[in-house]
Amino acid sequence: MHGSGIPIWFFIGVLLVIYGFMIFGYGIYEWQTGSYPPLVELTRLHTPIWWGALLALLGIFYVVKFRPGQAK
Amino acid sequence: MLGLVPASTAAGSLPAFLVFTVAPLAHLRPLDIAVIAIYFCMVIWIGFYLKGRSNTSEEFFMAGREMTAWIAGLSFVSANLGSLELMGWAGSAYQYGILATHWYWVGAIPAMLFLGLVMMPFYYVSKTHSVPGYLNLRYGEHTRILAAISFASEMILMSGVNMFAMAVVMRVVLGWSLTFSILVSSVAVAAYVGLGGLRSAIFNEVLQFVLIWGGALLVPILGLYQAGGVSGLKTHIMANMQSMTGVHGDSYFHLWRDTGHFAANPMGVHWTGIVFGLGFVISFGYWTTDFLVVQRVLAAHNLRAARMAPIIGSFFKMAVPFIVILPGLLGLVLLQNPDGSRRQLVGEDVVKSCSVNPSSDTLDNSAACSTAMATKSTLPAAYQASVLTGAAGTELHSYNEALPLMLIRYCGPGLLGLGITALIAGFMSGMAGNVSAFSTVWTYDIYKPLINKKGSDSHYVLVGRLSILIGVAVSVGAAYLVMHAHGIMDYVQALFSFFIAPLLGAILMGMFWKRATAPAGFLGLLCGIVTSFSLFVWVKFNPSELAVVALSPDAKPMAENLYRALWAFITTIVIIFLVSLVTKPKPVAELDGLVYGVTKLPKEPPVPFYRNEYMWAILVVIIFAGLNILFW
Repeated sequence: MHGSGIPIWFFIGVLLVIYGFMIFGYGIYEWQTGSYPPLVELTRLHTPIWWGALLALLGIFYVVKFRPGQAK
Repeated sequence: MLGLVPASTAAGSLPAFLVFTVAPLAHLRPLDIAVIAIYFCMVIWIGFYLKGRSNTSEEFFMAGREMTAWIAGLSFVSANLGSLELMGWAGSAYQYGILATHWYWVGAIPAMLFLGLVMMPFYYVSKTHSVPGYLNLRYGEHTRILAAISFASEMILMSGVNMFAMAVVMRVVLGWSLTFSILVSSVAVAAYVGLGGLRSAIFNEVLQFVLIWGGALLVPILGLYQAGGVSGLKTHIMANMQSMTGVHGDSYFHLWRDTGHFAANPMGVHWTGIVFGLGFVISFGYWTTDFLVVQRVLAAHNLRAARMAPIIGSFFKMAVPFIVILPGLLGLVLLQNPDGSRRQLVGEDVVKSCSVNPSSDTLDNSAACSTAMATKSTLPAAYQASVLTGAAGTELHSYNEALPLMLIRYCGPGLLGLGITALIAGFMSGMAGNVSAFSTVWTYDIYKPLINKKGSDSHYVLVGRLSILIGVAVSVGAAYLVMHAHGIMDYVQALFSFFIAPLLGAILMGMFWKRATAPAGFLGLLCGIVTSFSLFVWVKFNPSELAVVALSPDAKPMAENLYRALWAFITTIVIIFLVSLVTKPKPVAELDGLVYGVTKLPKEPPVPFYRNEYMWAILVVIIFAGLNILFW
């Protein structure tokens, strides 16, 4: 957003970081315990791990770049 | 989030309307519930945070006119990216193949570019708060009131339809009761839009846009992987479709090749209807005159940003078929029944005919179900027999469930919550868009000119906030009205289409012909609306007359909408032209800022080529042309 205040990108970053770590954490748990959800396909690809990591990294980028006081 | 707890633990302590009522497609785990709950906390937080920055009418209704091109552009495209649309077009892709992509490409991109490059300067320079406000400046008070009342009532009804649609989806997918979904979504929307105004609605639309991609992008990625890539998908569809639908599977992969005749393509449309009805009248009507989307661009911080916003939006619009159309096509070959056989989806009418009585666990009407399956579906005979005997795992799913079914197929705990959150966010931002646009039109174009012309700025902000609460309350009423009379939903959506095409005619004539007069504008708009409504009623009571309206006996209902819009637009144009010839035009001096050719547009400072709107527009045109050629 133009002007002062917290940019929307910061809010988005915060949400992505939270979601990313939650999903990544669950992916690790799933991999370690081998307890995959029934009826879900392609669990061997460990989607929660790489998708969660991707969301978290994107979120961290936004949080850092648009943290209050830094963004234009 | 009481309604999220399983019925087994909730039934004893919750009101009846908050417990699960039907067997859901998916079961949420605590992680999914946490993902959804965090989203609700975030939108309310944003609402409270922005409350302190929405004190003046300019801040509340126009977001202070300080949005960047990126935010205005994402919000512009996101306001149209509701879940009803996502699921509906995924279902259409399942039925009709990539013909459904027309609604994203030819049905959007040219109009978005036209808005940005040609029309935006007039909206922006005139400093109007709304599209009816522009009509007031150009044609006068009567036209504004006609447009404002039509628009405000449509917005509220559409918001109610959105609310009801969300509740139905949540019931089918998660088993939530209708009332619970309606209550939660309406309270959340009223809170964050009522607190933060348009700025809050825009923030949440951008947030929703990111969530939709984050939640839905996995489906085409994993689906393509499993189907063996694009070539594997094509091979499977070619093998299946001929036997299933009688239409050659190859037709599912062509945008234009088979549109030379109504009967040659699965959708039953002709290219003239796509180009002139969809690509021109409906698309230009929606993207350039519907205040729901135009309002987002008016909030841009300068004219260049306002012009860039639709152009930025058009890049993302062209990409949306990847998360909507592709999952629909993948559903055709990947969805399976519990026994491993290919699952075939059916129309809503077949699902309805085969509804099961929850108390006896048997079909409500076996004969109607048998007839519906035999005449309106291509389900194998053995499967039809299983449905009739109520065998386990033989429930029917509609085309509109293609996207949720694909989501469930690939998403475990956490990811499923994210996908469901994306759907909820899509519905809520659709409602928020309707309500925020309603609030502005009500306050500026109905309340101010008709009820209280001399209120203070803070008074109008208060009216705006109250109108949001009232708008949400009326939307809830509309949702219940639709719930108890399902047929109304079709009428409400048709009602929306009555107005768009005539409005486009009135605005284009007003913006590009200085001779167009005030009485002509009003009469043209009115006659266009009446024409559209009359054609609708005529075909409704005489379905065979569709052949006259759509110019072919092979036309299907989808074609009717396109041609009805075209006739309404032509009527408006002709009436405005003829009446203008015999009435007195406004002096040219009064048309500055409103009409092409007599407006001096402000000079904008030069920018490097990579920030120039024309350069990006050319790139959009090249990609758009390339995609249409690639999928010809």
